[in-house]
Amino acid sequence: MDLLELIRKPWPWYVAGPLIGLTVPALLLVGNKSFGISSSLRHLCAACVPAGLPFFKYNWRDGIWNLVFVTGILIGGFLTVQFLDNPNNMQIAPQTVADLKALGVSSFSGLMPSDIFSVANVFNLKGFFFFVLGGFLVGFGTRMAGGCTSGHSIMGISNLQGPSVVATCCFMAGGFAMTHLFLPYIMQLF
Amino acid sequence: METKLAPDPAVVDETGNDMKRPEGLAGNLKYGILGILFGIVFVKAEIVSWFRIQEMFRLQSFHMYGVIGSAIAVAMLSVWLIKRFKIKTIAGEEVVFHPKTFRPGQVYGGLLFGLGWALTGACPGPLFAQIGTGYGVVIVTLLSAIAGTWVYGFFRDKLS
Repeated sequence: MDLLELIRKPWPWYVAGPLIGLTVPALLLVGNKSFGISSSLRHLCAACVPAGLPFFKYNWRDGIWNLVFVTGILIGGFLTVQFLDNPNNMQIAPQTVADLKALGVSSFSGLMPSDIFSVANVFNLKGFFFFVLGGFLVGFGTRMAGGCTSGHSIMGISNLQGPSVVATCCFMAGGFAMTHLFLPYIMQLF
Repeated sequence: METKLAPDPAVVDETGNDMKRPEGLAGNLKYGILGILFGIVFVKAEIVSWFRIQEMFRLQSFHMYGVIGSAIAVAMLSVWLIKRFKIKTIAGEEVVFHPKTFRPGQVYGGLLFGLGWALTGACPGPLFAQIGTGYGVVIVTLLSAIAGTWVYGFFRDKLS
Protein backbone atom coordinates (compact mmCIF):
# COMPACT_ATOMS: atom_id res chain seq x y z
CA MET A 1 0.00 0.00 0.00
CA ASP A 2 1.49 3.36 -0.87
CA LEU A 3 1.96 6.05 1.75
CA LEU A 4 -0.68 8.49 0.53
CA GLU A 5 -3.30 5.76 0.61
CA LEU A 6 -2.31 4.96 4.19
CA ILE A 7 -2.46 8.63 5.23
CA ARG A 8 -5.90 9.03 3.67
CA LYS A 9 -7.34 6.35 5.92
CA PRO A 10 -8.59 7.48 9.34
CA TRP A 11 -5.73 7.62 11.81
CA PRO A 12 -5.95 5.29 14.82
CA TRP A 13 -5.86 6.71 18.36
CA TYR A 14 -2.32 5.47 19.01
CA VAL A 15 -1.06 7.62 16.13
CA ALA A 16 -3.19 10.71 16.69
CA GLY A 17 -2.98 10.83 20.50
CA PRO A 18 0.84 10.91 20.74
CA LEU A 19 0.99 13.50 17.91
CA ILE A 20 -1.42 15.73 19.85
CA GLY A 21 0.65 15.17 22.99
CA LEU A 22 3.78 16.28 21.13
CA THR A 23 2.13 19.67 20.53
CA VAL A 24 2.89 20.45 24.20
CA PRO A 25 6.72 20.17 23.99
CA ALA A 26 6.68 21.62 20.45
CA LEU A 27 5.01 24.86 21.63
CA LEU A 28 7.13 25.01 24.79
CA LEU A 29 10.42 24.53 22.99
CA VAL A 30 9.66 26.57 19.88
CA GLY A 31 8.59 29.67 21.79
CA ASN A 32 7.90 29.10 25.49
CA LYS A 33 4.16 28.82 24.82
CA SER A 34 1.75 26.94 27.07
CA PHE A 35 -0.72 24.85 25.06
CA GLY A 36 -4.29 26.11 25.39
CA ILE A 37 -6.89 26.98 22.80
CA SER A 38 -9.94 28.48 24.50
CA SER A 39 -8.01 31.61 25.54
CA SER A 40 -7.99 32.52 21.82
CA LEU A 41 -11.68 33.37 22.29
CA ARG A 42 -10.76 35.77 25.11
CA HIS A 43 -8.10 37.40 22.93
CA LEU A 44 -10.70 37.94 20.19
CA CYS A 45 -12.97 39.66 22.72
CA ALA A 46 -10.09 41.74 24.07
CA ALA A 47 -9.03 42.76 20.57
CA CYS A 48 -12.48 43.44 19.07
CA VAL A 49 -15.05 44.18 21.80
CA PRO A 50 -13.27 44.91 25.11
CA ALA A 51 -16.07 47.32 26.11
CA GLY A 52 -13.97 48.63 28.98
CA LEU A 53 -14.36 45.39 30.97
CA PRO A 54 -11.42 44.66 33.31
CA PHE A 55 -11.37 41.00 32.16
CA PHE A 56 -10.44 42.13 28.66
CA LYS A 57 -7.90 44.76 29.72
CA TYR A 58 -4.59 43.00 29.14
CA ASN A 59 -2.06 42.87 26.39
CA TRP A 60 -3.86 40.54 23.99
CA ARG A 61 -1.01 40.99 21.52
CA ASP A 62 0.92 38.48 23.64
CA GLY A 63 -1.74 36.02 22.52
CA ILE A 64 -1.37 36.65 18.78
CA TRP A 65 0.57 33.37 18.54
CA ASN A 66 -2.59 31.64 19.75
CA LEU A 67 -4.77 33.35 17.14
CA VAL A 68 -2.29 32.33 14.44
CA PHE A 69 -2.33 28.78 15.86
CA VAL A 70 -6.12 28.44 15.69
CA THR A 71 -6.11 29.93 12.18
CA GLY A 72 -3.65 27.14 11.36
CA ILE A 73 -6.10 24.57 12.75
CA LEU A 74 -8.78 25.92 10.41
CA ILE A 75 -6.42 25.78 7.42
CA GLY A 76 -5.33 22.27 8.46
CA GLY A 77 -8.95 21.16 8.39
CA PHE A 78 -9.39 22.65 4.93
CA LEU A 79 -6.20 21.04 3.56
CA THR A 80 -7.15 17.64 4.95
CA VAL A 81 -10.51 17.66 3.21
CA GLN A 82 -8.91 18.87 -0.04
CA PHE A 83 -5.94 16.52 -0.21
CA LEU A 84 -6.04 13.81 2.43
CA ASP A 85 -9.73 13.02 2.70
CA ASN A 86 -10.87 9.54 3.64
CA PRO A 87 -12.45 8.07 0.47
CA ASN A 88 -14.73 5.81 2.55
CA ASN A 89 -17.59 6.63 4.89
CA MET A 90 -16.83 7.13 8.54
CA GLN A 91 -17.26 4.03 10.70
CA ILE A 92 -19.49 4.87 13.65
CA ALA A 93 -20.05 2.38 16.48
CA PRO A 94 -23.28 0.46 15.61
CA GLN A 95 -24.70 0.98 19.10
CA THR A 96 -24.18 4.75 18.79
CA VAL A 97 -25.94 4.76 15.41
CA ALA A 98 -28.85 2.82 16.93
CA ASP A 99 -29.08 5.16 19.95
CA LEU A 100 -28.96 8.29 17.79
CA LYS A 101 -31.54 6.88 15.35
CA ALA A 102 -33.84 6.32 18.31
CA LEU A 103 -33.39 10.01 19.17
CA GLY A 104 -34.31 11.06 15.64
CA VAL A 105 -30.90 11.60 13.99
CA SER A 106 -31.17 10.31 10.43
CA SER A 107 -27.93 11.22 8.64
CA PHE A 108 -24.78 9.22 9.35
CA SER A 109 -22.44 10.20 6.54
CA GLY A 110 -19.67 12.72 7.01
CA LEU A 111 -18.14 14.01 10.23
CA MET A 112 -21.34 15.65 11.45
CA PRO A 113 -25.02 14.73 11.10
CA SER A 114 -26.26 16.93 8.26
CA ASP A 115 -29.81 16.93 9.63
CA ILE A 116 -28.49 18.99 12.56
CA PHE A 117 -25.44 20.84 11.23
CA SER A 118 -26.93 22.52 8.17
CA VAL A 119 -27.39 26.19 7.34
CA ALA A 120 -31.14 25.63 7.11
CA ASN A 121 -31.21 25.17 10.89
CA VAL A 122 -29.51 28.45 11.83
CA PHE A 123 -32.75 30.25 12.65
CA ASN A 124 -34.81 27.38 14.04
CA LEU A 125 -34.97 25.59 17.38
CA LYS A 126 -32.34 22.99 16.38
CA GLY A 127 -29.92 25.77 15.56
CA PHE A 128 -30.71 27.48 18.85
CA PHE A 129 -29.74 24.40 20.86
CA PHE A 130 -26.85 22.95 18.84
CA PHE A 131 -25.18 26.18 17.64
CA VAL A 132 -26.26 29.11 19.81
CA LEU A 133 -26.71 27.48 23.21
CA GLY A 134 -24.00 24.85 22.65
CA GLY A 135 -21.47 27.44 21.49
CA PHE A 136 -22.37 29.81 24.30
CA LEU A 137 -21.82 27.08 26.92
CA VAL A 138 -18.46 26.20 25.36
CA GLY A 139 -17.27 29.81 25.43
CA PHE A 140 -18.70 30.70 28.83
CA GLY A 141 -17.77 27.41 30.50
CA THR A 142 -14.18 27.21 29.26
CA ARG A 143 -13.44 30.75 30.38
CA MET A 144 -15.04 30.25 33.76
CA ALA A 145 -13.03 27.02 34.15
CA GLY A 146 -9.88 28.78 32.94
CA GLY A 147 -9.24 26.36 30.10
CA CYS A 148 -10.60 23.58 27.93
CA THR A 149 -9.55 20.11 26.88
CA SER A 150 -6.20 21.44 25.69
CA GLY A 151 -5.30 23.84 28.49
CA HIS A 152 -6.58 21.72 31.37
CA SER A 153 -6.88 18.10 30.22
CA ILE A 154 -3.64 17.94 28.23
CA MET A 155 -1.37 20.82 29.32
CA GLY A 156 -2.59 21.03 32.93
CA ILE A 157 -2.71 17.31 33.71
CA SER A 158 0.63 16.65 32.02
CA ASN A 159 2.04 19.35 34.34
CA LEU A 160 0.46 17.44 37.28
CA GLN A 161 -2.00 20.20 38.22
CA GLY A 162 -4.80 19.08 40.57
CA PRO A 163 -7.21 21.82 39.46
CA SER A 164 -6.91 20.55 35.88
CA VAL A 165 -7.87 17.02 36.97
CA VAL A 166 -10.93 18.49 38.72
CA ALA A 167 -11.83 20.57 35.66
CA THR A 168 -11.46 17.56 33.33
CA CYS A 169 -13.72 15.41 35.52
CA CYS A 170 -16.30 18.21 35.37
CA PHE A 171 -16.00 18.46 31.55
CA MET A 172 -16.76 14.75 31.33
CA ALA A 173 -19.58 14.94 33.91
CA GLY A 174 -21.22 17.77 31.95
CA GLY A 175 -20.92 15.82 28.70
CA PHE A 176 -22.44 12.67 30.22
CA ALA A 177 -25.26 14.74 31.72
CA MET A 178 -26.08 16.41 28.41
CA THR A 179 -25.92 13.14 26.44
CA HIS A 180 -27.96 10.99 28.82
CA LEU A 181 -30.18 13.40 30.77
CA PHE A 182 -30.94 16.40 28.54
CA LEU A 183 -30.37 15.38 24.91
CA PRO A 184 -33.32 12.91 24.85
CA TYR A 185 -35.65 15.77 25.87
CA ILE A 186 -34.08 18.30 23.52
CA MET A 187 -34.44 15.91 20.56
CA GLN A 188 -38.15 15.52 21.32
CA LEU A 189 -38.67 19.21 20.55
CA PHE A 190 -38.02 18.74 16.82
CA MET B 1 -8.66 45.81 58.20
CA GLU B 2 -9.92 44.93 54.80
CA THR B 3 -8.16 42.00 53.25
CA LYS B 4 -8.06 41.89 49.50
CA LEU B 5 -7.58 38.70 47.57
CA ALA B 6 -4.66 38.92 45.20
CA PRO B 7 -5.85 38.43 41.62
CA ASP B 8 -5.13 34.93 40.33
CA PRO B 9 -2.16 35.33 37.97
CA ALA B 10 -3.52 32.51 35.82
CA VAL B 11 -6.67 34.54 35.20
CA VAL B 12 -4.90 37.86 34.68
CA ASP B 13 -2.63 36.42 32.01
CA GLU B 14 -3.97 33.58 29.92
CA THR B 15 -1.84 34.28 26.89
CA GLY B 16 0.42 31.33 27.71
CA ASN B 17 3.27 33.35 26.26
CA ASP B 18 6.49 33.33 28.26
CA MET B 19 8.92 34.15 25.49
CA LYS B 20 11.01 37.12 26.53
CA ARG B 21 12.34 38.02 23.12
CA PRO B 22 9.63 39.75 21.06
CA GLU B 23 8.43 37.89 17.99
CA GLY B 24 7.31 39.69 14.87
CA LEU B 25 4.57 38.60 12.53
CA ALA B 26 6.99 36.31 10.71
CA GLY B 27 7.97 34.75 14.03
CA ASN B 28 4.34 33.96 14.71
CA LEU B 29 4.09 31.99 11.47
CA LYS B 30 5.77 29.07 13.29
CA TYR B 31 2.63 28.67 15.35
CA GLY B 32 0.54 28.76 12.21
CA ILE B 33 2.49 25.80 10.84
CA LEU B 34 2.09 23.92 14.14
CA GLY B 35 -1.62 24.76 14.02
CA ILE B 36 -1.94 23.37 10.48
CA LEU B 37 -0.28 20.09 11.51
CA PHE B 38 -2.47 19.95 14.59
CA GLY B 39 -5.60 20.59 12.49
CA ILE B 40 -4.66 17.78 10.10
CA VAL B 41 -4.32 15.34 13.02
CA PHE B 42 -7.67 16.53 14.42
CA VAL B 43 -9.51 15.79 11.20
CA LYS B 44 -7.64 12.60 10.23
CA ALA B 45 -8.33 11.08 13.66
CA GLU B 46 -11.97 12.25 13.34
CA ILE B 47 -11.74 13.94 16.76
CA VAL B 48 -13.68 16.86 15.28
CA SER B 49 -16.63 14.59 14.56
CA TRP B 50 -19.86 15.06 16.49
CA PHE B 51 -20.37 11.28 16.21
CA ARG B 52 -17.03 10.51 17.91
CA ILE B 53 -17.99 12.74 20.84
CA GLN B 54 -21.34 10.96 21.10
CA GLU B 55 -19.55 7.58 21.09
CA MET B 56 -17.33 8.84 23.89
CA PHE B 57 -20.15 10.06 26.13
CA ARG B 58 -22.08 6.83 25.48
CA LEU B 59 -19.01 4.70 26.29
CA GLN B 60 -19.46 2.92 22.97
CA SER B 61 -15.99 3.40 21.52
CA PHE B 62 -12.50 3.52 22.95
CA HIS B 63 -11.21 5.89 20.26
CA MET B 64 -11.53 9.25 22.06
CA TYR B 65 -10.32 7.83 25.37
CA GLY B 66 -7.31 6.38 23.57
CA VAL B 67 -6.56 9.70 21.86
CA ILE B 68 -6.87 11.84 25.01
CA GLY B 69 -5.13 9.26 27.22
CA SER B 70 -2.13 8.77 24.94
CA ALA B 71 -1.90 12.53 24.30
CA ILE B 72 -1.71 13.14 28.06
CA ALA B 73 0.87 10.34 28.49
CA VAL B 74 3.17 11.74 25.77
CA ALA B 75 2.71 15.33 26.99
CA MET B 76 3.40 14.30 30.60
CA LEU B 77 6.58 12.47 29.64
CA SER B 78 7.71 15.49 27.57
CA VAL B 79 7.06 17.92 30.42
CA TRP B 80 8.95 15.62 32.82
CA LEU B 81 11.90 15.41 30.42
CA ILE B 82 11.98 19.19 29.94
CA LYS B 83 11.98 19.73 33.73
CA ARG B 84 14.38 16.86 34.51
CA PHE B 85 17.02 17.85 31.95
CA LYS B 86 16.25 21.59 32.07
CA ILE B 87 15.82 21.63 28.30
CA LYS B 88 15.86 25.19 26.96
CA THR B 89 13.73 26.68 24.18
CA ILE B 90 15.32 27.13 20.75
CA ALA B 91 15.89 30.77 21.71
CA GLY B 92 17.86 29.53 24.73
CA GLU B 93 15.28 30.56 27.33
CA GLU B 94 14.22 28.55 30.35
CA VAL B 95 10.83 26.88 29.83
CA VAL B 96 8.15 28.40 32.09
CA PHE B 97 5.34 26.33 33.62
CA HIS B 98 2.24 27.75 35.27
CA PRO B 99 0.89 26.23 38.46
CA LYS B 100 -2.89 26.44 38.71
CA THR B 101 -4.84 27.28 41.85
CA PHE B 102 -8.19 25.73 42.79
CA ARG B 103 -11.19 27.93 42.00
CA PRO B 104 -14.92 27.07 42.13
CA GLY B 105 -15.13 28.16 38.49
CA GLN B 106 -13.22 25.07 37.47
CA VAL B 107 -16.17 22.98 38.71
CA TYR B 108 -19.11 25.12 37.56
CA GLY B 109 -17.45 26.29 34.37
CA GLY B 110 -16.22 22.77 33.69
CA LEU B 111 -19.75 21.37 33.97
CA LEU B 112 -21.16 24.11 31.69
CA PHE B 113 -18.45 23.50 29.09
CA GLY B 114 -19.17 19.75 29.26
CA LEU B 115 -22.87 20.37 28.52
CA GLY B 116 -21.88 22.45 25.49
CA TRP B 117 -19.24 19.94 24.36
CA ALA B 118 -21.84 17.18 24.01
CA LEU B 119 -24.20 19.50 22.06
CA THR B 120 -21.70 20.99 19.61
CA GLY B 121 -19.49 17.90 19.41
CA ALA B 122 -16.52 20.21 19.74
CA CYS B 123 -14.22 21.81 22.24
CA PRO B 124 -12.76 25.13 21.09
CA GLY B 125 -9.97 23.60 18.94
CA PRO B 126 -12.22 21.35 16.87
CA LEU B 127 -14.62 24.29 16.30
CA PHE B 128 -11.97 25.88 14.08
CA ALA B 129 -11.22 22.55 12.37
CA GLN B 130 -14.93 21.90 11.72
CA ILE B 131 -15.21 25.27 9.96
CA GLY B 132 -12.11 24.43 7.91
CA THR B 133 -13.54 21.10 6.78
CA GLY B 134 -16.48 22.93 5.23
CA TYR B 135 -19.14 23.01 7.94
CA GLY B 136 -19.58 26.75 7.53
CA VAL B 137 -22.58 26.74 9.84
CA VAL B 138 -20.19 26.14 12.75
CA ILE B 139 -19.20 29.81 12.34
CA VAL B 140 -22.47 30.49 14.21
CA THR B 141 -21.30 28.19 17.02
CA LEU B 142 -17.93 29.93 17.13
CA LEU B 143 -19.52 33.39 17.28
CA SER B 144 -21.76 32.18 20.08
CA ALA B 145 -18.72 30.80 21.92
CA ILE B 146 -17.02 34.20 21.60
CA ALA B 147 -20.23 35.78 22.92
CA GLY B 148 -20.20 33.31 25.83
CA THR B 149 -16.63 34.29 26.67
CA TRP B 150 -17.60 37.96 26.53
CA VAL B 151 -20.62 37.47 28.77
CA TYR B 152 -18.41 35.63 31.26
CA GLY B 153 -16.06 38.62 31.24
CA PHE B 154 -19.07 40.88 31.81
CA PHE B 155 -20.35 38.96 34.85
CA ARG B 156 -16.98 37.82 36.14
CA ASP B 157 -16.85 39.95 39.25
CA LYS B 158 -20.27 38.69 40.33
CA LEU B 159 -19.52 35.03 39.60
CA SER B 160 -16.12 34.52 41.14
